[in-house]
Amino acid sequence: MKILVCITKTPETTAKIAFTDGNKEFNKDGVQYIMNPYDEWYALVRALELKEANGGTVTVLNVGDSSNDIIIRKGLALGADDAVRIDTDALSAYQTAAQISAYASDKSYDLIFLGKESIDYNGSEVGGLLAEMLSLPYVSYVSHLEVSGGVSTVSRDIEGGVEVSEVSGPFVLSAAKGLAEQRIANMKGIMMSKRKPLTVVPPADVENPVEVVSYTLPEGKSGVKMIAPDDMQELVRLLHEEAKVI
Amino acid sequence: METVTTGAPAHMINASKVDKYEHHDYYDVDGLLSEDHLLARDAVRDWVKKEVSPIIEQYSEKAECPIFLFKQLGEIGAFGPSLPEKYGCGGMDEIAYGVIMQELERCDSGLRSMASVQGSLVMYPIYRFGSEEQRMKYLPKLATGELIGCFGLTEPDHGSDPGGMTTHFKEDGDDIILNGAKMWITNSPVADIAVVWAKNPEGKIKGVIVERGMEGFSTPEIHGKLSLRASITGELVFEDVRIPKSNILPEVTGLKGPLSCLSKARYGIAWGAIGAALDCYDSALRYTKEREQFGKPIAGFQLTQKKLAEMITEITKAQLMVWRLGTLANEGKATPAQISMAKRNSCITALEVAREARQMHGGMGITNEYPIMRHMMNLETVLTYEGTHDIHLLITGMDVTGINAFK
Repeated sequence: MKILVCITKTPETTAKIAFTDGNKEFNKDGVQYIMNPYDEWYALVRALELKEANGGTVTVLNVGDSSNDIIIRKGLALGADDAVRIDTDALSAYQTAAQISAYASDKSYDLIFLGKESIDYNGSEVGGLLAEMLSLPYVSYVSHLEVSGGVSTVSRDIEGGVEVSEVSGPFVLSAAKGLAEQRIANMKGIMMSKRKPLTVVPPADVENPVEVVSYTLPEGKSGVKMIAPDDMQELVRLLHEEAKVI
Repeated sequence: METVTTGAPAHMINASKVDKYEHHDYYDVDGLLSEDHLLARDAVRDWVKKEVSPIIEQYSEKAECPIFLFKQLGEIGAFGPSLPEKYGCGGMDEIAYGVIMQELERCDSGLRSMASVQGSLVMYPIYRFGSEEQRMKYLPKLATGELIGCFGLTEPDHGSDPGGMTTHFKEDGDDIILNGAKMWITNSPVADIAVVWAKNPEGKIKGVIVERGMEGFSTPEIHGKLSLRASITGELVFEDVRIPKSNILPEVTGLKGPLSCLSKARYGIAWGAIGAALDCYDSALRYTKEREQFGKPIAGFQLTQKKLAEMITEITKAQLMVWRLGTLANEGKATPAQISMAKRNSCITALEVAREARQMHGGMGITNEYPIMRHMMNLETVLTYEGTHDIHLLITGMDVTGINAFK
């Protein structure tokens, strides 16, 4: 099996979020980055399990500049065979998908994995866009995947239940919790990752049709309002008039 | 996202425990580290948060050693990471070894002790002073954790003065007959092999590999420790133990053998103890920003800020010291006296940070809801083993004056 896993970097979950340039740009000062957990824990690990069971190769792909190389090396340390970095800073999900599509279109991957979303912008867009651009089927939020004889059986958690489908031939899927269990890189893998190929390719000429006008942080949490235990009327009034939940 | 823990029985897992640790790096020491170092550190941190943080308080409280962690430590490559890949080790540099020890001790000094004894005190002497046959026989299995090792130098009556040891052997054909006893031996009750330092018939110190199962060799556990409770400690007792001469480490004679191992281990402790300090500081910073008294977070009061400011200053100084020591070690230039200074500085820094953090957590600081008291108790050992605080002061004193104050 020839598998592509698209990985992205996201700020560490404890990073302080702020914006610059009139609230148009994320302020990257002092921010530590990690591999997006949905890409790492679920997409990449399930891809590696399939390779280990069936043979084949796993390539990790990232769209970004050289500061992402450490994230890519982590993918190699976890067991990917080789890596590709498309050397551009994509400004939208459309650009990211178009760059991946331009690279992958003639590579005949059997499966293309992504995380169900990145934990920073939470767009869940790249997978669907990429599948459309490559004219491939797309299954999102996959929590279970088995592949046998060119047919993939996929499960998705849906409201109140599970949907199981079969997909024949190559397709794009986005990985959700449950698809695999987090693996830890080991020191041998980290040292071996230096000897695995990381190919940097120039970006395709892709326009960006989406421009962010501004970001706004959520309002700070308001303090706790204490109500006397015997004042039920006041509690009901606040729930009705202020919280507007009853 | 939730974590999954394997290996521990259900009653020892506290699944609701969330390890909120954030790294603190005031002087951007990370900027001095390579990708290898950062990847190694993050891998160990991820492993600790997933596998050890949910169980460490229970194992420590019950004074049980999570023995299944030896295999996991082997899998992540925490045993002998800076020894060559040829022997199943990591082939990394000394700074990588340091950051791995720091992440382990960020969790618990006992966890770091499990790894540093195996790597620095068992694998290192076999690598450095062993024959090629001994290396190939033991190192790959020690690297994976299939074999557990321990190191026997200290005796009941000879601690800071190991040259006075009485454990000795006589020769008998192709064998030696070993007699004596060693004390305060980390990992000994669960060890498969012990690297033991003993005097030969000429009174010279030699290293001997003793294997479990050899007649007359026993490893009673030491109970009642109020420190390093998740790490197992015992004695080594040798009563006419017959050992093939091929188990003697051929390449060293004299005290410099065990002392060079101690330098290696002390180097790891110098990095490691800062991990415990970072965990205490991290917890104190978060707690004092959340805990409100007199209508505002206690982090807003001057005395709290003084404590926090002093803690992060001392931690930053120690981080820079061990980074420089690591750079010297990579160049083969770190002297035993330099290692000694860093070991002492990191340990006393960590212990003082832990004591301040304990106060800042108020009553909560004495409970196992927070890691502080566990670190504080552990650090009393870390301050003492591998050369006590006072002995390390005398080493620096001797180094700067040229006058030996030990005798």
